[in-house]
Amino acid sequence: MPLYHTEDQAMLADTVTGFMADEGAIKQQLRHFRDMNCKDGFGHALWKQFAEMGLTGMLAAEADGGLAMGHVEAGIVLREIGRNLTPSPFLTTSVMGVTALSGGSDDLRGRWLPGVLAGESVLALAIDEGPKHRPERIACKAEKAGNGFRLQGRKAFVVHGASADAIIVAARTSGSDSDADGITLFAVPKDASGLSHESLRLVDSAMASNVTFDNVELDGDCVIGEVDGGRALLNKVINAGRIGAAAELTGVGQGAFDITTAYLKTRKQFGQLIGEFQALQHRAAHLYSELEIAEAAVIKAQQLLDGNSEKADLMVSVAKAKASKACNLSVREGVQMHGGVGMTDEYDIGLYMKRDRSLAEFMGDQYYHAERVAQLSGY
Amino acid sequence: MSDHDAFRAEIRAWLEENCPAEMREPARDEADVCWGGRNFQFKNAAQKTWLERCVAKGYTVPDWPQAYGGAGMSPAQAKIWREECARIGARPPLSSFGIWMLGPALLKFGTEEQKVHYLNQIARGEIRWCQGYSEPGSGSDLVSLQTFGEDKGDHWVVNGQKIWTSYADKADWIFCLVRTDKANKYQGISFLLFDMTTPGVTTKPIKLISGNSPFCETFFDNVVVPKHQIVGELNRGWDVAKYLLGHEREMISGAGGGDRLNAIGAVVARNGLEDPILRAELAQFDVDALAYACMGEKFLDEAKVGKAHPAQPNMMKYVGTELNKRRHELLMAAGGATALEWDSERTSGGTPSRSWLRTKANSIEGGTSEVMLNVVAKRILELPGA
Repeated sequence: MPLYHTEDQAMLADTVTGFMADEGAIKQQLRHFRDMNCKDGFGHALWKQFAEMGLTGMLAAEADGGLAMGHVEAGIVLREIGRNLTPSPFLTTSVMGVTALSGGSDDLRGRWLPGVLAGESVLALAIDEGPKHRPERIACKAEKAGNGFRLQGRKAFVVHGASADAIIVAARTSGSDSDADGITLFAVPKDASGLSHESLRLVDSAMASNVTFDNVELDGDCVIGEVDGGRALLNKVINAGRIGAAAELTGVGQGAFDITTAYLKTRKQFGQLIGEFQALQHRAAHLYSELEIAEAAVIKAQQLLDGNSEKADLMVSVAKAKASKACNLSVREGVQMHGGVGMTDEYDIGLYMKRDRSLAEFMGDQYYHAERVAQLSGY
Repeated sequence: MSDHDAFRAEIRAWLEENCPAEMREPARDEADVCWGGRNFQFKNAAQKTWLERCVAKGYTVPDWPQAYGGAGMSPAQAKIWREECARIGARPPLSSFGIWMLGPALLKFGTEEQKVHYLNQIARGEIRWCQGYSEPGSGSDLVSLQTFGEDKGDHWVVNGQKIWTSYADKADWIFCLVRTDKANKYQGISFLLFDMTTPGVTTKPIKLISGNSPFCETFFDNVVVPKHQIVGELNRGWDVAKYLLGHEREMISGAGGGDRLNAIGAVVARNGLEDPILRAELAQFDVDALAYACMGEKFLDEAKVGKAHPAQPNMMKYVGTELNKRRHELLMAAGGATALEWDSERTSGGTPSRSWLRTKANSIEGGTSEVMLNVVAKRILELPGA
């Protein structure tokens, strides 16, 4: 398969690019909801519009009313979300959440998917338990109790946790903390008794929770997929999150790059445009190279994931690591090349820097993924 | 079964039948590469057989038209050919500047007679070509070149000097930039082809820091070049040269494949890897190398359908060569004192250190990294005054 978009994908990209630039722009969305100190950190009206565009159910099966598309298509949306810094629950809900639910029963999908597809529901993922992404270690416990389970433990960095109608939780139903097996996924409704949030505003104005499960009683029908056999599905969800975050990072990096090169073409010092200085030209050209390469790695990983290739795990980590490196360079160079105004809240470049920081951490940073590349390569 | 599946099956079966076992492992060094040419000595029978079988099918240049010695493969078919060769680790049957550089230029700018004559020779590996571009006073500023061809009616008389002519001492013919109008800088250069055995042509190898001499100085003293040996129009050789430089940069960038795109951590680790910081550097390198390999694949896919930015090879060349230098720095560090050995048997005559030193030229030859960045800034980013 060639590493560029098919005609259908290119048409989708055209549509989404226009939609996000018009409706998801920084002023109307990110700044608006940030400045009003919105408790969700995103606008529900826009989420409804996502649904009207058919975006909320991109990854859902046709039988469930979705479009049965893949990670290449979801990545097209995420890149534009990144470029416009659009706050939205798309990644957690429509990419990771829907991927998780796809491994669940008809009843479970029937319970949660219609709300997601309609843009009325939000899903969040509770996987990590500390400040760093370490999905290999899961201590949060779900013990058998009657017909169901009793959930006990804490989860961290649950993005959109307090806004979510259901939280998808990776819990340990057997074995010890670092075992691969013994994991079960649950869809925990927001009103479950014993569920509490410490809702936190992050540096990029997104909301995330530290979630405590204090003897939360769950019916057996909250289980997604197999009891004790949830690791494979969890890995699928995590891969979806990683490649989704990588796609969004390429958009953030590109957005920062575009406003920075535009600035180089308008700002004058020493009687000339600063873009005429070779010192800046070379750095901009280097940055362009890194962004292009990151984009190539991301589309490759998307295609491998969509094709269920055995090489997908490795390339997803390459893509997340490379996209993080390139996007980080883009926002750092962006602020530096803007000079003093780059430090002001009035200019958007600083917003890109904050979003990069948050996405870099989500589902494993570049160091985590470089380590994983080494391990998957056998060293 | 789709047409592509059927084609893949056909290629796979042919390779299984025809690619000798010795040709299914990567070339270890220069001596393993089949360059072709009048004076080429095959290293072994397998190398010769592999070349002959591929020539018969047009597989040395699979995507060239059959009339010019190729197999007439479509872009998708050529990709399948590369993938199937890579799958069994098959070496390229023939490597040459004719295939990588002159061929594409002739396909675009040559007359029909030139294409039939020269391209078939290249495809069969009969003529080994070298490139006469740089001069002692014209490196990055190539267009200032001084080698002059004086118009003598039905021929030119060429005088001057070229430098960094790769394998000029082994080449049969040269494609050469020659000034044919002293009054016009850009539109005063012509692209000439001539035989290296023409009276007045001499070469002198240049000894490099690697101890090897892959480059030469090449001198022209009243060399007679017939008028029909020009490619493209008189005084418009710069257009041909620029087009061809794109292919050269693509080649040096490694976009077409080759081992410089590979991750190296796993290979190094086989000999033990005790230093955690070095391991971390290798992992970081592997991330960059594997991502760059995707870029190479994407670039080729896009180039075949005209989607790639025409200046993109400059970016590829910049990144690919910088990556290769970093690769060899890490290999030297991993090799420790063993990698320092200059002529020992166990290093096959200092392969690690000589290769490491050789890579330092990667970001100089064919346009320096700095020139590549200038081109990207100007033609892709459209920055002012670049």
